[in-house]
Amino acid sequence: MNETMTGADMVVRALQDQGVEHIFGYPGGAVLPIYDALFHQEKVRHVLVRHEQGAVHSAEGYARSSGKVGCVLVTSGPGATNAVTGLTDALMDSVPLVCITGQVPTHLIGSDAFQECDTVGITRHCTKHNYLVKRIEDLPRVLHEAFYVATHGRPGPVVVDIPKDIQFASGTYERPRDNQHKTYRPRVKGDLESIRAAVKLMGEAKRPVFYTGGGVVNSGPEASILLRELVRLTGFPITSTLMGLGAYPASDKQFLGMLGMHGTYEANLAMNECDVMICVGARFDDRITGRLDAFAPHSRKIHIDIDPSSINKNVKVDVPIIGDCAHVLEDMVRLWRSSAPPLDTAALTEWWTSIEGWRGRNCLAYRNSKDIIKPQYALQRLEALTRGRDVYFTTEVGQHQMWAAQFLKFEEPNHWMTSGGLGTMGYGLPAAIGVQMAHPKALVIDVAGEASILMNMQEMSTAMQYRLPVKIFILNNQYMGMVRQWQELLHGGRYSESYSEALPDFVKLAEAYGGVGIRCDRPEELDAKIEEMISVDRPVIFDCRVDPAENCFPMIPSGKAHNEMLLGDAEADVDIGAVIDEAGKMLV
Amino acid sequence: MKSHYSDAPQAQPVARHTLAVLVDNEPGVLARISGMFSGRGYNIESLTVSETEHEQHRSRITIVTSGTAGVIEQIKAQLERLVPVHRVDDLTTHGEALERELALVKVVGRGDHRVEALRLAQAFGARTVDATLNSFIFEYTGTIDEVERFIKVMAEAGLVEVARTGIAALIRGSEGL
Repeated sequence: MNETMTGADMVVRALQDQGVEHIFGYPGGAVLPIYDALFHQEKVRHVLVRHEQGAVHSAEGYARSSGKVGCVLVTSGPGATNAVTGLTDALMDSVPLVCITGQVPTHLIGSDAFQECDTVGITRHCTKHNYLVKRIEDLPRVLHEAFYVATHGRPGPVVVDIPKDIQFASGTYERPRDNQHKTYRPRVKGDLESIRAAVKLMGEAKRPVFYTGGGVVNSGPEASILLRELVRLTGFPITSTLMGLGAYPASDKQFLGMLGMHGTYEANLAMNECDVMICVGARFDDRITGRLDAFAPHSRKIHIDIDPSSINKNVKVDVPIIGDCAHVLEDMVRLWRSSAPPLDTAALTEWWTSIEGWRGRNCLAYRNSKDIIKPQYALQRLEALTRGRDVYFTTEVGQHQMWAAQFLKFEEPNHWMTSGGLGTMGYGLPAAIGVQMAHPKALVIDVAGEASILMNMQEMSTAMQYRLPVKIFILNNQYMGMVRQWQELLHGGRYSESYSEALPDFVKLAEAYGGVGIRCDRPEELDAKIEEMISVDRPVIFDCRVDPAENCFPMIPSGKAHNEMLLGDAEADVDIGAVIDEAGKMLV
Repeated sequence: MKSHYSDAPQAQPVARHTLAVLVDNEPGVLARISGMFSGRGYNIESLTVSETEHEQHRSRITIVTSGTAGVIEQIKAQLERLVPVHRVDDLTTHGEALERELALVKVVGRGDHRVEALRLAQAFGARTVDATLNSFIFEYTGTIDEVERFIKVMAEAGLVEVARTGIAALIRGSEGL
C-alpha cells in the first residue's frame, strides 16, 4: 500500500516493517526529524547510549546474540565519525548492522557546514556497503535494501546517510514486496561436485580435523546443528576459532578447544599434523595460521565460505566450496550418509591416540596460589558458578579475552561476543548492554580488563538508565596485560606506558553510577563474591584483583609454526625473548 | 522547515567545464580526487588519466564536470589544495578547448548487414581495427557529440559492445600550460 509521508517517518516505518524492536543511538541536529518520528510511536524502542561507538557495539552484541540485524541511529559529523570504530569492528567480524546517519541538507553538502563530514567517503572502507540518499524517491527502497545487503551473503554493516532536507521532504512510501538488491545475489548453495569431492577426501582421511569459525554462527542455529551432526557422524576431531566458539559444544570429547596463537596444544598440533583439513566458515587469519609456510604442511584442505574472496586469500586450498555453511553442511551430511565411506579406522584410532597424548599435556594448567588470585582461577570459578544458567559472555580485548576463550566453556552458539578481527578494546560493556536488551532475563557478563573497560566506561549510565543488570567482571592486573606480556617477550621487559597508572576506585565508580561495586583480592573469598555478583539484579562492577605478573599461555610466538608453541610451564626455563627471531619481532 | 541550516540557494545557470589536473603519479592519487568530488557532491561527467611525464612520475588527469560558476571555482580550489596536485587548469576559460574522445565499437552481422556497417563506418571516417567473418571492431575518434552520433548510427548496424576513453583535451594555439 502506498502512503505519503515524510522521509523521517519513512525511516521509522521501514524499521517497523523490518521488524526492528530496538535501535541504539544518540540524537543531534541532523537527525532531529527522525527522533521526532520515533517520539510518536512505540514499536521501535530507542536505547540512548553515551557515545556513538557504544551504540554500534551494543547493536553488534544485540545482533550476535539474537541473530537479528543490529540498528544504529546517529547524527552527522562527530556522530558518524564516532561510529567508525564500531562499523569497522562489525565489518571484520561479519556482523549485520544497519546504521542510519544524519547528514547536512543536500545543498550544503561539500560546503564544510556545521557537523558535516563525508560520511559515505569515510565509511566506504569500513562498511559492506553505504548509501547517501539525495532524493526522497529513493529512500524507501534504500532503507529496505540496506537490510537485504546487511544480511545476505557475508553479513556486514551498512550505512544509510540521510540529509536533513530529505528527512523533512514528503514522498510516497511503499514496502517492497520482494526485498532484494537489483544485482547483488550471493550464492548460498555450494557446488555439488565440489561437495562430493570434499566428502570423498574426508572419507580417505587418516588424520582429519575440522577447523570451524564464526561463519557457522553467522549462518544461523541450523548450521550448528548440522555441524554437530557431521562431526559426530565422521568421528573426526574439531577445533574452533575465537569467533566460532559455541557452534560445537565445548564439553564434547571430539572438541579440542580453540586453536591459534593462544589456542590449545592439542588443537594446534592436530592442525599441524593433519592430512585433511575441513575449514568451515573460517578465514585462515594470521592469529590462526602462525607462520604460513609451515601451516599444516601435510594437509589437503577443504574450505567452505560464503565469501569467494576468502578462498585462497591467505592459504591455498584444494577443494573450495562457495556457499552458506548451513546449506553446504546439509549437503555434506546427506552425501556422507548416502556414500557411507569405508573409513581407515586403524589410522583414525592412531590419530586419536596422538591427540589424546597432546591433550594429556594439559596445556592450560597454571600454578595456582593461596595468596593471590590467578586470572585463570577467577575464570574457572566464574565458569563453574554460572554453569547451567542462561548466561552470555562478552569480553574486552587482551589477556583476559584469551583466558576467557580458554577457560569459559560454550555449549551453544550466539552466547559468546568478542571483538576478534579488529580487536577493539572497549567492545565488551556496550556489547553486553546490547545482549541484555535482546535477552532481558539472561545473565550477561562482560569479562574485562581494567584498561579496556575504561575505554567505554560511560556506557554504565546506559545500563543504569534501562535497568540492564550487566555484570562487569574486571580481571584487574593493573597492566595492559597483553601489551606488557609482549614487552616482556620482545622488548626486554621495558614496560613502556603499559602500567595502568591512576586507576579509579572501581567500587566507588560503580556506586557513582548507581550500580553495585564488589572488590575481591583473596582467592578464598572469590566464590562468595561471584555468587553475590550473580544474585544482584543491578549493574555490577566486580574488581577482581589478580596476579599482575601472570602471562597468557600457550602461545605461538610471532613468526613461528603451530608445533613451535610455548607452554605455560616453559616460561620458567626458557628465555622467550630469544625464541622469537628478528623476523618474528616485525610481526604483530 | 524547522532547521538550523540555511535554505537552499536560488537556482543558477550550470555550465560544463573541462579541467586539466597535473598530479604526482603516486598510489591513491586518483582516489583522493574522485573522493573529493563525491564527498563534496560534485559531478564527474568524464575522467581520463595517464602518466604523461615518466621521468617525474607526473600524470595528467582530464576531468569534465559541470556546475554553477561558484561551484566550478570551488572545485578548482578544492583540487588545488590536495597535496599531490601540482596544477589545475580550466581549459574552458581559454576559449573552446580541443577535445577528443576515442571509442572502440564492436558490430556483429552477416551479409548485407555487415557490408552496410562497414560502409557507414567508412562514411564516418572510422578505422577498422579488427575483422572476422561476422564482426568488426571500429576505432572512432571525435568530439563527444561526434562519438555519440557514431554510436547511435552503429546501434542500427549490429552494435554489441562499446568502450570509450573519456575526453582528452588541450587548449588551442601555440601556448602550453
